[in-house]
Amino acid sequence: MAKIITVTSGKGGVGKTTTTAAIGAALARTGDRVAVVDFDVGLRNLDLVMGAERRVVFDLVNVVQGDARLSQALIKDKRVDTLFLLPASQTRDKDALTEEGVDKVIAELSSQFDWVICDSPAGIERGATLAMRHADIAIVVTNPEVSSVRDSDRIVGILDAKTLKATRGETVDKRLLLTRYDAARAARGDMLNTADVLEILSIPLLGIIPESPDVLKASNFGVPVSINDPASAPAKAYIDAARRLKGEELPVQVPTAPRGGFLSKLLRRAA
Amino acid sequence: MSLWNRFFSSSSSAPQARERLQILLSHERQVLGGDDLLSSLREDILAVVAKRVPCDREAVKVRLDKGSPLSILEIEVEIRGEVASLGRAAA
Repeated sequence: MAKIITVTSGKGGVGKTTTTAAIGAALARTGDRVAVVDFDVGLRNLDLVMGAERRVVFDLVNVVQGDARLSQALIKDKRVDTLFLLPASQTRDKDALTEEGVDKVIAELSSQFDWVICDSPAGIERGATLAMRHADIAIVVTNPEVSSVRDSDRIVGILDAKTLKATRGETVDKRLLLTRYDAARAARGDMLNTADVLEILSIPLLGIIPESPDVLKASNFGVPVSINDPASAPAKAYIDAARRLKGEELPVQVPTAPRGGFLSKLLRRAA
Repeated sequence: MSLWNRFFSSSSSAPQARERLQILLSHERQVLGGDDLLSSLREDILAVVAKRVPCDREAVKVRLDKGSPLSILEIEVEIRGEVASLGRAAA
């Protein structure tokens, strides 16, 4: 039986897909069998971020509707043997996914993998609630910015009301992943800091991903950021987050602003 | 604004963000956080109404306006077809 993770946020553009690819690749690098599933029907992108866009033949909706077998739709990653992608469909039919269909696919994935990671679409509509339906763990991706924090708070409420765990009277294990964190701006008081966001959302912290050009660079190459340059700051942060998901007690390092003299501060500000 | 404030406070926008969020979310959690209560109410009402008349899942709207000393529970059920014929059918 796999652990089911849903990567969610409410707000778009905060890094759900980047996170799904990065955590998926980091977990698979440890030898665990990982399936990443793109639930963003109509706007698939996980295939692109993972560099598999030219290998998509069948997708999630084909499997749900019985037009393809799961084994036909799963795309094996070229870099990590134990990492598989189930791409989203590009259909514009909003009702292409059904609860029963999703239940069936998740059950089948769950029997074959150690981890199933569901990349949720933005919003709180059907696609998002279907993506979180089976979650054991929800990674709530949040930018240190007011609208993202507000939407995350909303998503936390929905995770407590609309998931299968919630209807069984259990609770989904919710973890905060703070992304695009700019330590220098947080130190200057220009950006909500880690303590602020933790206090407001009051869910445990899974990790802090620093704002970094390495994230865009990795997606340009179509390689999950955690394995593109494992020594880079965001890769390290994602690898640590994956280790925490596996149960390691690893303290979270709050990124600190690089120290410099007056002149370098001035130059950074001007940049 | 004094010179002191210009230098030391004007760049710290994060406390503003934190304060605004805390006020907003404490309100929203009251209104929307009742999701559990509202969605169970909605399910119950839907089950009762659907026993007698055909009724869509989306046709039941439940709102709760929390106030003090009085809160208002607003229930709106849209029913298709003519009520007269439905009434006969149900009787």
